[in-house]
Amino acid sequence: MHPAPSVIFFTTFSGLGFGLLFFLGLGFPAVTGWMAFAFFAIAYAMAVGGLLASTFHLGRPERAIKAFTQWRSSWLSREAWCAVGALVLMGLYAAGLVFFQTRIAFLGVLGAVLSLATVFTTSMIYTQLKTIPRWHMTITPVKFLSLSLAGGALFAGQVSVALVLLVVAGLVQIFTWVEGDKALANSGTDMATATGLGTIGSVRAFEPPHTGTNYLLREFVHEIGRKHSQKLRAISLLLMVVVPFVLLVLPFSHILVLLAVVSHVAGVLTARWLFFAEAEHVVGIYYGKR
Amino acid sequence: MTTLPAQTEKKLGLVIDLDTCVGCHACVISCKGWNTENYGAPLSDQNAYGADNSGTFLNRVHSFEVQPDDGAAQLIHFPKSCLHCEDAPCVTVCPTGASYKRVEDGIVLVNESNCIGCGLCAWACPYGARELDQAEGVMKKCTLCVDRIYNENLPEEDRQPACVRTCPAGARHFGDLGDATSDVSKLVAERGGMDLMPEQGTKPVNQYLPPRPKDDMPEFDVLAPFLAPVAEEPKGFLSWLDKTLEKL
Repeated sequence: MHPAPSVIFFTTFSGLGFGLLFFLGLGFPAVTGWMAFAFFAIAYAMAVGGLLASTFHLGRPERAIKAFTQWRSSWLSREAWCAVGALVLMGLYAAGLVFFQTRIAFLGVLGAVLSLATVFTTSMIYTQLKTIPRWHMTITPVKFLSLSLAGGALFAGQVSVALVLLVVAGLVQIFTWVEGDKALANSGTDMATATGLGTIGSVRAFEPPHTGTNYLLREFVHEIGRKHSQKLRAISLLLMVVVPFVLLVLPFSHILVLLAVVSHVAGVLTARWLFFAEAEHVVGIYYGKR
Repeated sequence: MTTLPAQTEKKLGLVIDLDTCVGCHACVISCKGWNTENYGAPLSDQNAYGADNSGTFLNRVHSFEVQPDDGAAQLIHFPKSCLHCEDAPCVTVCPTGASYKRVEDGIVLVNESNCIGCGLCAWACPYGARELDQAEGVMKKCTLCVDRIYNENLPEEDRQPACVRTCPAGARHFGDLGDATSDVSKLVAERGGMDLMPEQGTKPVNQYLPPRPKDDMPEFDVLAPFLAPVAEEPKGFLSWLDKTLEKL
């Protein structure tokens, strides 16, 4: 899959933003006034910034409002509802904390649940696609949720929780890589089933339908992404989990937590680039590519 | 609505004969022509006369080489367009309701004025049947020439998809695959029509007819085995030349 910067930016930062909102909704850290304003400003900048970035990959962004209509069948539409619901509820909850020094607990808890639901619906947009076996696994939503929670805990300064969640997210990430490498072969889709010609003999793509490139090849076939896959996996795991973990274990200082956050974000961005760049869409089979 | 109809009254679709297709790409051109001038946004090209050209097509012809365990390799031309699946994954993922499957005839269409160009339907399609038009920013796909097949302004013989009408080899057939007595259904039954990527669970309506088994190549001359072999070793001048060249 083509690793579009807008989608990588969107999934990374909205995941972190809604992860932070989850902890703020539950009252961690228990901040009010200007401190609360600062925390919510960071969370909203990431969540809303991510959502805005996602509109950049639309062909007709001016009609984006229509994406709210099909919540009965479409995960993308459900994501739109959850995101707006979470942002509105958390906005009201934040107003209480910032302006009235009052924590409206039920609003916060409801907003926290909707924030996690937003991350879940985002993950389901990818998980539902049978055409991309590397994403079509039950572990995919677990990965998105565990990363969002770990990042949220880190941003919320919940050190002890963050330590546990970082390790969990790291283990889940490793598991998705191991399982993902087998996914295309396990899906049963290959040249023989794609062409139906497997009963005659071994099938080879002889000539593509066009001499130049096209939308399908640009969007779905990104073979270069797998070249440095193992190195990038190691780098992303180091930045995403190992470095923040070590920095958090060291005696507490704000500068170390800040460094841990920066390292974690860089790691998630790298992993998310790989999430797209490594994913094989079955349509590539028709071109003899993956 | 992007939920799929439980049942459609007809299952209009194509039957493509891989035994007959000669790979001339006439169906690709006639499709591009008709669908650029008629229903919906035109199929645009980018940098059509430059080095890095590309464009939107609803129908493309691949060519595959199949190597049997014994015998000669076969070259098979393979036209591919929307299969108008019964369980179309492209429809249910659409967030705006722009993608839908018609109850009356099962055709999968895009309402272009509702399409936001998110591309998710193309991600969900295993066949590469949908392409996002780079000029219009909306998703384009085969309409089964919905503006031809019911068009009473056209002579009756033209009321079929442009690709079928134009095919010089008769490799493309159009009809109701939900009606077991239709010509296309009989053809599918007779020739063992198949689904592409059945494991994807899309239940495609379009069917592909596999190439017929090839005959064994007969011995060209029945007397050949009984004739005396021709001398293989060169003699005289040729023998000298052969040896001299070997030494060089």
